[in-house]
Amino acid sequence: MALDRWLALVLLGICLAYGYAAWFTMDAGLAPFMKRNPIWPSTFPKVLSVLGIIAALVILLGFEKAAPKEADIDYRRLGEYNLGQALLLLALMVVYALCLRPLGFLISTSALLFLGSFILGERKWHIMLPVALIAAVSVWYLVQVVLGIYMRPLPGILGG
Amino acid sequence: MLEGLLIGLQTALSVQNLLMVIGGCLIGTFIGMLPGLGPMSIIAIMIPVAISMGDPSAALILLAGVYYGAIFGGSTSSILLNAPGVAGTVASSFDGYPMARQGKAGKALTVAAIASFAGGTIGALLLMVFAPALSSVALLFHSAEYFALMVVGLSAIAAFAGTGQVAKALVMTLLGLIMATVGEGALFNLPRFTMGIMDLQSGFGFITLAMAMFALPEALFLVLKPRDLQGDDGEIKELRITGKEAKAIAPVIGRQSLQGFFIGVLPGAGATIASFLGYAVERNIAPKKEQDEFGKGSVKGLAAPETANNAACTGSFVPLLTLGIPGSGTTAILLGALIALNVTPGPRLMVDDPQIFWAVIMSMFIGNLILLVLNLPLIPYIARVLTVPRNYLIPFILFFTLMGAYIGQNNATELLLLVGFGICATALKFADYPLAPLLIGFILGAMMENNFARSMQLYDGVSFVWERPMTLGLLAIAIILVVLPSYRARRAKARQDGVAEGD
Repeated sequence: MALDRWLALVLLGICLAYGYAAWFTMDAGLAPFMKRNPIWPSTFPKVLSVLGIIAALVILLGFEKAAPKEADIDYRRLGEYNLGQALLLLALMVVYALCLRPLGFLISTSALLFLGSFILGERKWHIMLPVALIAAVSVWYLVQVVLGIYMRPLPGILGG
Repeated sequence: MLEGLLIGLQTALSVQNLLMVIGGCLIGTFIGMLPGLGPMSIIAIMIPVAISMGDPSAALILLAGVYYGAIFGGSTSSILLNAPGVAGTVASSFDGYPMARQGKAGKALTVAAIASFAGGTIGALLLMVFAPALSSVALLFHSAEYFALMVVGLSAIAAFAGTGQVAKALVMTLLGLIMATVGEGALFNLPRFTMGIMDLQSGFGFITLAMAMFALPEALFLVLKPRDLQGDDGEIKELRITGKEAKAIAPVIGRQSLQGFFIGVLPGAGATIASFLGYAVERNIAPKKEQDEFGKGSVKGLAAPETANNAACTGSFVPLLTLGIPGSGTTAILLGALIALNVTPGPRLMVDDPQIFWAVIMSMFIGNLILLVLNLPLIPYIARVLTVPRNYLIPFILFFTLMGAYIGQNNATELLLLVGFGICATALKFADYPLAPLLIGFILGAMMENNFARSMQLYDGVSFVWERPMTLGLLAIAIILVVLPSYRARRAKARQDGVAEGD
């Protein structure tokens, strides 16, 4: 079974779970006066879940034959690409998300930009460091000072 | 009207107001390029500045300039990085980004600038002529028709996914609609499908989803399979559009200015629907040969949404200025600013404060001209973003996607959602699922449900479908749009297999 049909199976599962919630569990908490309303919070989701299940089944059962075409990246040979770099970058983004608040914007962002280019194989330290620092400070300045959107610049312990 | 025009010209051409237009356009363009800050948030940020000026004409001129600039700036990041920061420019990335990948970034930006200019200018002309008459037409559109119009838009998008892809596009559209129902709906004040997670209470963020669907998978693909963004020789070539291309996009611009403007006039529709519908319509009426070009870097496919969204922005001023009804979030903020300045938009505006009404219209012409003049010479420099070495460009793309998701919400959970959705989107992209329909479904989902709910309440059931001929007509079009491509594909296949055509 090709990947697109596996994904259709997953999507079918999502639609089924969503449909179950819409058809069977949502209406229980509905206030009595709202039951006289022609539309309930679950009405639209009910319609969506049915349509979603039908469409996912059409793909899963292969009713619609698509001409196989050359994909940009062949997922069957994923190992031949720079998979490690991609995974490391994703991990870096997760770490950034977790560190943004505790470490402050300036440190986390410079680290993200610096480590990002490091993972991609850049080793010119004299360019990487200044670029990361200047970008982090200037974006912070633009957002915080010019636009007035608060972002904690420094770690909490330094009073940022 | 001539008198009004001259009053407007006099007001708009004062040194102060000219500076306002220029300043507004510049601010809008530069901030609009940052993904995550759309026209609505930029205008909201500019309001204190505008109000403190005290002069309503100048304030409105400044804010309108910001609005145009932001829409134009947003298309820049859509085209160059596939990171649409504004819902209205999502459609521009369908063909703009492939063009940039083929090394035609300069040309793509030029087409976008010209299309925006034409859309905005023609829109302003139409606004001048039709504003008073149109306001009554806009009132004929009820929630039922809005609902039907959105169904048409979504089906058109599923239909243009191409043969063999309609079911996938439909699933993605539905998934987008499903995701739009997460969180509290405006009509019910009940948290739905949040699974008890507080962070989902307000639903998924649009920018988060846009970044996860477009920018993040693209960046990951660039990492997985290194290739030059700039074509083969790394040069920015083909800056100018050829006469042939100009001839190809001229009718597109003409049609889309009209269509975009009239969609913009309808309250609630706005630039987003106009750009998607514009793209879908142009794709469906293009000759077969050009139809295959769409999505792979067609000039027409870029010109259509760019024209339509600018024309629609202008159109959305019609209900604001003539009825006092803001048609979109952005115009709602403008309405707030106007009221703070002691101006009440509505039917009396043209009578009581003609100089404001006409000055805004004249400043639209001036603003569009200034955007064009400012942007055309800047294009080679903007396009040079792509010549930044890959090792620096990719971390920056990742950073901007994260920033975009963070600035709007100031919530770090949004970043985790971004990464999670980005991984899902990459898997879907591997399996050749179209991602745009998901985002479109998500954007239109809330509006669609609200209009559906409102018409259900007005008609006490689904009878509005057959009691309102216009709704029925629109829904019929939607069904034809979905069924026709698969029927056509089936027939083409049958013909290939040697089955005689029964006619």
